[in-house]
Amino acid sequence: MIALLIRDLRLALRAGGGFGLGLAFFLLLAVLIPLGVGPEGGTLAKIAPGILWVGALLACLLSLDRIFALDFEDGSLDLLATAPIPLEGAVAVKALAHWLVTGLPLTLAAPLLGVLLHLPGQGYGWLLASLALGTPALSSIGAFGAALVVGVKRGGLLLSLLVLPLYVPTLIFGAEVVKRGAAGMDVGVPLALLAAITLGAMAALPFASALALRINLR
Amino acid sequence: MSLWEYANPKKFSETAARVLPVVAPLAGLCLAVGLIWGFFFTPEDYKQGATVKIIFLHVPAAMMAINAWIMMLVASLVWIVRRHHVSALAARAAAPVGMVFTLIALATGAFWGQPMWGTWWEWDPRLTSFLILLLFYLGYIALWQAVEDPDTAADLTGVLCVVGSVFAVLSRYAVKFWNQGLHQDSTIMKVGEKDPLDPAYYWPLIVCLIGIVALFVALVLLRTVTEIRLRRLAVIEAREKQE
Repeated sequence: MIALLIRDLRLALRAGGGFGLGLAFFLLLAVLIPLGVGPEGGTLAKIAPGILWVGALLACLLSLDRIFALDFEDGSLDLLATAPIPLEGAVAVKALAHWLVTGLPLTLAAPLLGVLLHLPGQGYGWLLASLALGTPALSSIGAFGAALVVGVKRGGLLLSLLVLPLYVPTLIFGAEVVKRGAAGMDVGVPLALLAAITLGAMAALPFASALALRINLR
Repeated sequence: MSLWEYANPKKFSETAARVLPVVAPLAGLCLAVGLIWGFFFTPEDYKQGATVKIIFLHVPAAMMAINAWIMMLVASLVWIVRRHHVSALAARAAAPVGMVFTLIALATGAFWGQPMWGTWWEWDPRLTSFLILLLFYLGYIALWQAVEDPDTAADLTGVLCVVGSVFAVLSRYAVKFWNQGLHQDSTIMKVGEKDPLDPAYYWPLIVCLIGIVALFVALVLLRTVTEIRLRRLAVIEAREKQE
């Protein structure tokens, strides 16, 4: 499993692996939003938590189809399915690899973009915390969506249609944490619920993803 | 005699052919009676005026929009567990019907909200949940259409329906948490409690509810039978090509 993780990370970090594209997209979004909304600090500070979360979510979405599509095309997914490790484990590892190359950099870059959007000072810690807690759920849910559409030619658009509704609870609780944190309110409840969604998704969804993969590999 | 006999496409089609002539006119009759009664022979509300009469379409459509998804969930589970093709086809047949009910509920709600709340749309938990439900329907239907092999499509949409249901329920509570509501609570079950629905509205509403359930059953039966026939046709065509 560790070998699989290292292999996936290597593939993603190599040129053409798409690493950094999500980050660049996130940066672009944080630049474009003030250009569209206007430069008033008050307005930007108010919408910053939501924008940062939506941006992270969309940046995550960009690279989802890479989780399985390439392996499906060159046949390594068939090998994984017959490998001695359970497919559920392989799916979980691949979701983890996706998180390491998208979710984690996004989390680390978010405070920087928070500065661009005039996020209030108390919000930065909670922004880091909520993204660190929430983005694994995005990768996990995304891996499920990617497993569903892996057999579909050019399924990228379909993938976003399937995955975005599933992202709703994560987005709501994640943005709520930052919003409350920035306003200096208590964040315990949304933070706990966000953690619950992440843990639940990480525990249960690999089984559904593996099931979908097996159906697609028939 | 067990319920699973109806999993046989032939038996299902025969039964559907016998049930349809009963259910379809029942739907038409109930909806006609209920809507005419509701629209023309009920008093106007002292605050809402004539706009209150939208409930005769809004409430039944909203109820069936949710029930259609539940029916799809049950049918998907039956398909995943027992591999009855009719069940998968019924889930597929119900999806567009449920989506249209969702649209009707959203549209009638908007028409009512404009004069009453002064806005076509408000990010109220119930309204938002319905919009999300619409997205779930869209994704489900899109997945059915994207996958070519019918069995693979049935399996994948079944898995999506089960996982989607969990997330739909989660979204419902998340949205409630996110914004306090403007939408009034349901009054139809409040018979005998304080602040019940006026009897003048109650009975036409019940007739409309029966009508819309019958309409849903009729449409799903008809569409399922159509799907079964399409499957048969595809098999026959494939066989002829071989010869």
